[in-house]
Amino acid sequence: MKRILSWAAIVVGVVYFFLPLVGMLEFSLKMRRGEYSLDAYRSVMGDPQFQATFGYSVLMACLTIVFGVLVVVPTVFWVRLKLPRLRPFMEFITLLPLVIPPIVIVFGYIRLFNTSSWLPLTGSALGTDFLLMCGYAVLALPYMYRAVDTGLAAIDLRTLTEAAQSLGAGWITVLARVILPNVLVAVLSGAFLTFAIVIGEYVFAALLDRPAFGPYLVWAGGNKAYEPAALAVMTFALTWACMMLIQLATKFSKHTRMPH
Amino acid sequence: MAYLDLTALQKSFGANQVVKSFDLGVAKGEFVSLLGPSGCGKTTVLRMVAGFETPTVGAIKIDGQDVTHLRPNQRNIGMVFQAYALFPNLTVAQNVGFGLKIAGVSAAETAARVADMLALIGLPDMGARYPFQLSGGQQQRVALARALAPRPRVLLLDEPLSALDAKIRVSLRAEIRDIQRKLGITTIFVTHDQEEALSMSDRVVVMNGGRAEQVGAPFEIYNHPKTRFVAQFVGTLNTLDAIVTDPAGGEVTVQGQPLRLPQPIAALRGATVGLALRPEVVHLEADTAQISRGDFALPARIAAVQFLGAVIRVKAETAAGEISLDLFNRPDAPPPPLGAEVALRFRGQDVIVLA
Repeated sequence: MKRILSWAAIVVGVVYFFLPLVGMLEFSLKMRRGEYSLDAYRSVMGDPQFQATFGYSVLMACLTIVFGVLVVVPTVFWVRLKLPRLRPFMEFITLLPLVIPPIVIVFGYIRLFNTSSWLPLTGSALGTDFLLMCGYAVLALPYMYRAVDTGLAAIDLRTLTEAAQSLGAGWITVLARVILPNVLVAVLSGAFLTFAIVIGEYVFAALLDRPAFGPYLVWAGGNKAYEPAALAVMTFALTWACMMLIQLATKFSKHTRMPH
Repeated sequence: MAYLDLTALQKSFGANQVVKSFDLGVAKGEFVSLLGPSGCGKTTVLRMVAGFETPTVGAIKIDGQDVTHLRPNQRNIGMVFQAYALFPNLTVAQNVGFGLKIAGVSAAETAARVADMLALIGLPDMGARYPFQLSGGQQQRVALARALAPRPRVLLLDEPLSALDAKIRVSLRAEIRDIQRKLGITTIFVTHDQEEALSMSDRVVVMNGGRAEQVGAPFEIYNHPKTRFVAQFVGTLNTLDAIVTDPAGGEVTVQGQPLRLPQPIAALRGATVGLALRPEVVHLEADTAQISRGDFALPARIAAVQFLGAVIRVKAETAAGEISLDLFNRPDAPPPPLGAEVALRFRGQDVIVLA
């Protein structure tokens, strides 16, 4: 009886989750009357605005990942090595983006960095792009921090650092050649999560008025019929691809395999 | 002047003073062990030499150069850790060549030196393997090769054998000593295992409470301990209370029997002093009639017998307390039965008077 109930719960869960997706996929294929086709996808891919916004968001995601890694990895490394008492504080700080709405953060940015402020970042496209990247990094911080923190917890950080130092390595060499390669899988997990977050993000991009993919999705949703469904399917596929890449990265990191 | 000179080293963590005025001079090519119980400050001394801790007071000199405030990567010191600390993402050859790469040694020279080092540790064909593909003993040998590859001025070994099983530990300590002798590298070895320290070292520093209690050759430390702590920490020790009858003549009584010691005793007549005996200097006489006049013998009863192979450790109860003694195994002489009445004989010159 218990077994039947378990299976029933699983079936209900799967139907609840996948049925809307199946419906959305089916709708995205029905652009041509009376038959299934990829017309909606063709239309989306051929739209120059899609190409521009998607390209912009991919670039921003990559920059955010690099920025996030450069900020988070040394920070977590230093806190774990030298300031372990600060860890609860770091946990708290990195959880803040989950409880503070993005709209509050972006209005804070605009107040702080507008054209009449001491650092007028919003006065140029490049400055605004930088601000957007920082915003994305903040949004991704809870995931990136936890991924890297877990990765560093899995290695003997202090001894590896001291071993490298005794062999003549300075801090940058220790980070680049010893620590980063050994937490690469964790960093990749954080990177793919960051990518997934940045690709679909709307609030920051819309309020900073940047041509990102999130605002394009919303615009398409309000102005087209079948294309938004195709876009949603594509976004889902992209997110899942990111998740699969995390799994693959974990599987193929040969030096982390333990002996049996 | 010593090659490695530690002068009046002190280290405090907050209010806790872990190392209290520690002095040590190590000659070039010498192998010195820091031996002591957990928390005695031996690892802290090693970490100060490595540069991972800065002394609160004192100076560290290597070959006349003051390195007290140099960063670890500027000291040219090789270190082997208890936990191996091989870089998991690098192959064995890359691990061994890591220090050389950092130092900017050419690829050809690095490859040659790595091959030399792998041959030295007896793993010439393991260069392409990753650390996780090696046993604990092999990993520690690679860690040794990695530390030695950049030709450091001093080699520091931080309990490198503790994580290994007993058999590997014994073979690896001989290997480490051979390699150290071959290369003539000045070495400091930290351990809490007295057998390791005594068997490997030119000199042993016995540490207690942040201080060096005694520095000396293993023979001297074992046979002539200067303090009660050293006597009790190094080796197994039996202690007996004795009453001084003639301090200048070195005469005492144990359980009413007179015993003459070879040296005067620094205590007043009638005072109680502690005597210590190593298990191997106590002889067991099953037949008390065999004891000649003038020999010191305590009546005893066998309380426990441990057969350890080559050695049989016997515990016997006497009126002065329990005494352990070691007998060599002989196929024609089985160990004494439990409860047997025997006599324990020893000589005055084998007795250590505890300070």
